[in-house]
Amino acid sequence: MDQTFHATARKARRSFMGKALAMGAGVASSSAVSARAEGEDAILKLPPHTVGLGQPVAARGYGLPSQYERNLQRRESPGLTRVGAASVSFAPLQSLFGIITPNGLHFERHHQGWWDINPEHHRLMINGLVKQAKVFTMDDLMRLPAVSRIHFIECGANTGMEWGNVAVPTVQYSHGMLSCSEFTGVLLSTLLDIAGADTKNGRYLLAEGADGSSMTRTVAMDRALDDVMVAWAMNGEMLRPENGYPLRLVVPGVQGVSWVKYLRRIEVGDQPYYTKDEVMHYVDLMPDGRHRQFTSIQEVKSVITTPSGGQVLMDKGYHNVTGLAWSGRGRIKRVDVSMDGGRNWRTARLETPVLSKALTRFNIDWVWDGGPAILQSRAIDDSGHIQPMMRQLRAVRGTRSIYHNNAIQSWKVTETGEVFNVQVS
Amino acid sequence: MFKFLKPQVSAVLLLTNFFCSSASIAQPSGNQAVGTQATGAQAVGALAKPWLNLGRAATPAEVKAWDIDVRSDFVGLPKGSGSVAKGEEVWEAKCASCHGTFGESNEVFTPIVGGTSKKDIETGLVANLARPDFPQRTTMMKLSTVSTLWDYINRAMPWNAPKSLKVDEVYAVTAYILHLAEVLPSDFSLNDQNIAEVQKRIPNRSGKVKFIGLWDLKAKPDVQGELCMSNCKVSAEVASILPEFARNAHGNIAEQNRFVGASRGVDTTKPPLKEPLKVAIASGIADSAKLAVAAPKTPLALAKEQNCLACHGVDQKMVGPGFREVAVRYKGNIKAEATLITKISQGGSGNWGQIPMPAQPQLGSEDVKTLARWILEGAK
Repeated sequence: MDQTFHATARKARRSFMGKALAMGAGVASSSAVSARAEGEDAILKLPPHTVGLGQPVAARGYGLPSQYERNLQRRESPGLTRVGAASVSFAPLQSLFGIITPNGLHFERHHQGWWDINPEHHRLMINGLVKQAKVFTMDDLMRLPAVSRIHFIECGANTGMEWGNVAVPTVQYSHGMLSCSEFTGVLLSTLLDIAGADTKNGRYLLAEGADGSSMTRTVAMDRALDDVMVAWAMNGEMLRPENGYPLRLVVPGVQGVSWVKYLRRIEVGDQPYYTKDEVMHYVDLMPDGRHRQFTSIQEVKSVITTPSGGQVLMDKGYHNVTGLAWSGRGRIKRVDVSMDGGRNWRTARLETPVLSKALTRFNIDWVWDGGPAILQSRAIDDSGHIQPMMRQLRAVRGTRSIYHNNAIQSWKVTETGEVFNVQVS
Repeated sequence: MFKFLKPQVSAVLLLTNFFCSSASIAQPSGNQAVGTQATGAQAVGALAKPWLNLGRAATPAEVKAWDIDVRSDFVGLPKGSGSVAKGEEVWEAKCASCHGTFGESNEVFTPIVGGTSKKDIETGLVANLARPDFPQRTTMMKLSTVSTLWDYINRAMPWNAPKSLKVDEVYAVTAYILHLAEVLPSDFSLNDQNIAEVQKRIPNRSGKVKFIGLWDLKAKPDVQGELCMSNCKVSAEVASILPEFARNAHGNIAEQNRFVGASRGVDTTKPPLKEPLKVAIASGIADSAKLAVAAPKTPLALAKEQNCLACHGVDQKMVGPGFREVAVRYKGNIKAEATLITKISQGGSGNWGQIPMPAQPQLGSEDVKTLARWILEGAK
């Protein structure tokens, strides 16, 4: 019924537009057009939802987005990976609002497929340099003093396809390995306290997942004692299976690979562990042929999401240009926006809340004159770190690093209003 | 695996730590929701912590079962051994289907072997990593610690049956890979005693640097932007943009955007707009950009629409095999999806009899994938 409704609407619009164009505006010589002169059908013809009975409560036990929002899906980038169980899907940043990512649109990265694990049988072990190796059930963990905090998670390889040149059309694919949620869980420091961790000799922790890959990553003890969480919830509900149900590590400001999903074990040790994802992957190739290892911090970064690549502006005139800024070093202090490819900048408004290691939404007024433009945003965090230009990054790190690309993003707007992903010299 | 401190030392250290630093451990220093934590940790007093008895002691057998990690100093490495010859057997049975007979395959994963030289084994640096024109980075080019290879095979391989290899098989497969990379001779047997010597022959063993600037928040970043606000010295010339032939490579962008609001996704099945969207819509050219909503189509409806059901039953063979027969044949085959995608789009014959399956060039890649997955999942 809905498709029909749409088709009808489309037909009506086309026939009206066609006629209006053919006859010239303001010429009323048919009943269709004269009806239109009185006003819009959307107002004058009452639709079924205004004159009929709607759906009852609990028609859907777990609510779903409107059917008209179907275009918003997390999507794979064709050709990026060859195996769906070791792949990534990108969040549709171009159509999201505020700073919280809807759980169903949170980006995915799996190393050996995802599972829906029965929480009753899930266990977390803490061992290594501890007074007593411990085992926690979900019951134990969820009884502990909990915290809820809003943090972004970004894959270290986000924007990684663009080190050499433009490779993807839209912000979904260029920046969509990025999400932000309110996570609820227990501080890892609380668990280390219970186990009696040797925090002096135990300068490192190993976090390990319960899935087939048993993903492992080294985490610094000073972070573990600061803001690392063992979380079971995101945005008010339990974690989604794709995001590690029933338990994941939250390492604020650090690349997503360290946020180990299906978390089964934390080991306290006196050395880093040199795991597969610290030796083979998540190492940044420098121009001299050496790889940087243990690069973890997601540095200050921002991107305009509307308008962005692959979109087309509907009209000249006013546009509220909006985007996201974030930093793994702390709070966003300021975001500047340029409409002329970086020659001149204006400071954008920051929407609240502005939280440490969380996405911050910014916006700025723009009156588009219909001419070509290149839109850029540049974020500054409260550590004083300024988001660099692509050429500044390349001057130090070359073009083959894959990881930690936090360059200023450029979107070119043409006279037709079409927006293209570009890089400027 | 963690290294035990000497017992008496550790007892003192740990007890000291337990009583003296526990208060500071529980203090949250994240700058959100500090108040929330305070109600838990401080309202009852720093010494009270009535939750300290939650959780239970792990048994030695439990720790042994899960504590499988092997560090770069080989702490955690179990005793055992495996020869190159034995490794070849295991490889051909369990690894070659994904990684190729010689670890060279690029079909499913990035190649494991290739790109290293005898010279690299001497220098400890893989020369090809410095060459921007070198096409790919294999596992052996990047590998710097042999413990990592052992640990990963042990915990995550084979792909569809992780942790099923015996300890000696893990040694053997590790040895075989290192043999393929010309690090070990064909008569070598790798074990827990000689692995430290083998480490000294890993081609890229000196190829990593720990970069503190992106690890420690107190360390300085290596790249800093500029705060120029007006008349900044930039050329603002477009240096890179997607070529027009790649316009629709990520699917129709019109169907990946909301169809109300300040902007639309552009219809990438068509060339770039020649006039503003408002004019294009009015003349009917850009209609789909305005109103496209990707309609979900059930795979069965898709199969019907594409006339698949003319030759295939859901359950049983008609001209070609039933979909569920196909699912049964490919069960457990990790290349099944890729194979089926090729079969559907390019056609083929001989697998289910002599009548050829025609190529289906009219199907978009998304539709082919949908059909392949649906068939493999039992055409439900």
